[in-house]
Amino acid sequence: MDLELMINSLPKLLSAALITLKLLSVSLIIGLFIGLFFAILRLNKSIFVNKFAYCYSYIFRGTPLLVQIFIIYFGLGQIEYLRSTFLWVILKEPYWCAIIAFALNTGAYTSEILRSAFQTIKPGIIEAGKSLGISSNIIFYKIQIPIAIRQSLPAYGNEIILMMKGTSLASTVTIMDLTGVAKYIISTTFKPVEVFIVAGSIYLFMTFIIHNLIKFLEKKYSFN
Amino acid sequence: MELLAFGKTGWGDELFIATLMTIAVSITAMIIGFFFALIFTPLKLSKNKFLNFIGNSYTTVIRGVPELLVIYLFFFGGTGAVMYVASIFGYNEYIEINAFVTGAFAIGIISGAYSTEVFRGAIQSIDKGQFEAAKTLGLNKFGQFFKIILPQTLRLAIPNLSNVWQITLKDTSLISVTGLVEIMRQSYIAAGSTRDPLFFYSFAAVLYLLLTFLSMKIINRLELKYSRGY
Repeated sequence: MDLELMINSLPKLLSAALITLKLLSVSLIIGLFIGLFFAILRLNKSIFVNKFAYCYSYIFRGTPLLVQIFIIYFGLGQIEYLRSTFLWVILKEPYWCAIIAFALNTGAYTSEILRSAFQTIKPGIIEAGKSLGISSNIIFYKIQIPIAIRQSLPAYGNEIILMMKGTSLASTVTIMDLTGVAKYIISTTFKPVEVFIVAGSIYLFMTFIIHNLIKFLEKKYSFN
Repeated sequence: MELLAFGKTGWGDELFIATLMTIAVSITAMIIGFFFALIFTPLKLSKNKFLNFIGNSYTTVIRGVPELLVIYLFFFGGTGAVMYVASIFGYNEYIEINAFVTGAFAIGIISGAYSTEVFRGAIQSIDKGQFEAAKTLGLNKFGQFFKIILPQTLRLAIPNLSNVWQITLKDTSLISVTGLVEIMRQSYIAAGSTRDPLFFYSFAAVLYLLLTFLSMKIINRLELKYSRGY
């Protein structure tokens, strides 16, 4: 055990953890909107719209995140047309490519979580709203969405933790996040165990915080 | 399409072999995972606090740390660890572990943590009466477990194990960082030498989709088989 290395690498790894958190929060926020959008499409009665949303979630959940990042980062740059549009400003940055991939990926999982949450809402609740003369838009925003959010909290908490682990793949496209820096230190010092313990503890600490935050929210918004 | 031709002109045969490699690594990792689950599920269910702590630490640490970090630990640390153990037995030559073993082991430990959770949940959800009934029948401990508890556990565990399989299958793409030539690595090589990353990575995505689709079909059959009588 090389304690000195562990202590020396801690500040570097902690500042890299900030990048991990930044990647995580930005892609979760974008992913939540994508997820909500596709969950609503999934509930649409039109078969075409429904199938489209299903295909989106099937493709993104059925392929590894690594493939998705590589397609966006290495693949899209190949299309000549894209290079001339304003999108290129975003797509040439590995940081934004990673965020796009993460957001689309978590969006697919979130859409499934939200869809099942919407489907478990008892029809009686919606009917109660209708019988009170509330318009269907307001029923959706004021009744269905809050209940769905409460319903999906436990599953969404798991998704946040999975996504946090997923951000480690950003290191494959040259972003120095927590895993990226850990790998760099390992490959320069050849002390994998020590670095793993420090970096792993930081990850576990973040998992712990997220886990408890979700638990707190679950309690706060529980029905009884 | 010419890019996918078999033989020396295209990448078809290389990608085909790479797909077989992905399947091989996934299955090996899944089996290694079952062995870990076999060890750690009893620990997690144990009433002894210390054993319980060991079981819980395994699943918590592995499920809370990114897969890539675990793979780097094995990739950079695996050789060192094996040589250290060998040196205790008096063997001091350099030992090279191949990428397949490192990769399958790393993914196996990860999938083992998920399998452990699945088996723990399945055993806990079996009715207490079943354990008692098994005892009443006068079966010995092995008979109780293998004839009564295990078949019921399998029925409950298969849907969740299919999720573990999907996760494991997708996780094998991460082994490409260690240089094992599976789908992802082969696509990387092909993309590099043809300068057509969009095509090859998209094709890799199609291959993964195909694998997940086919495995779902097979697992659905298994599910039917084990839920006979329900």
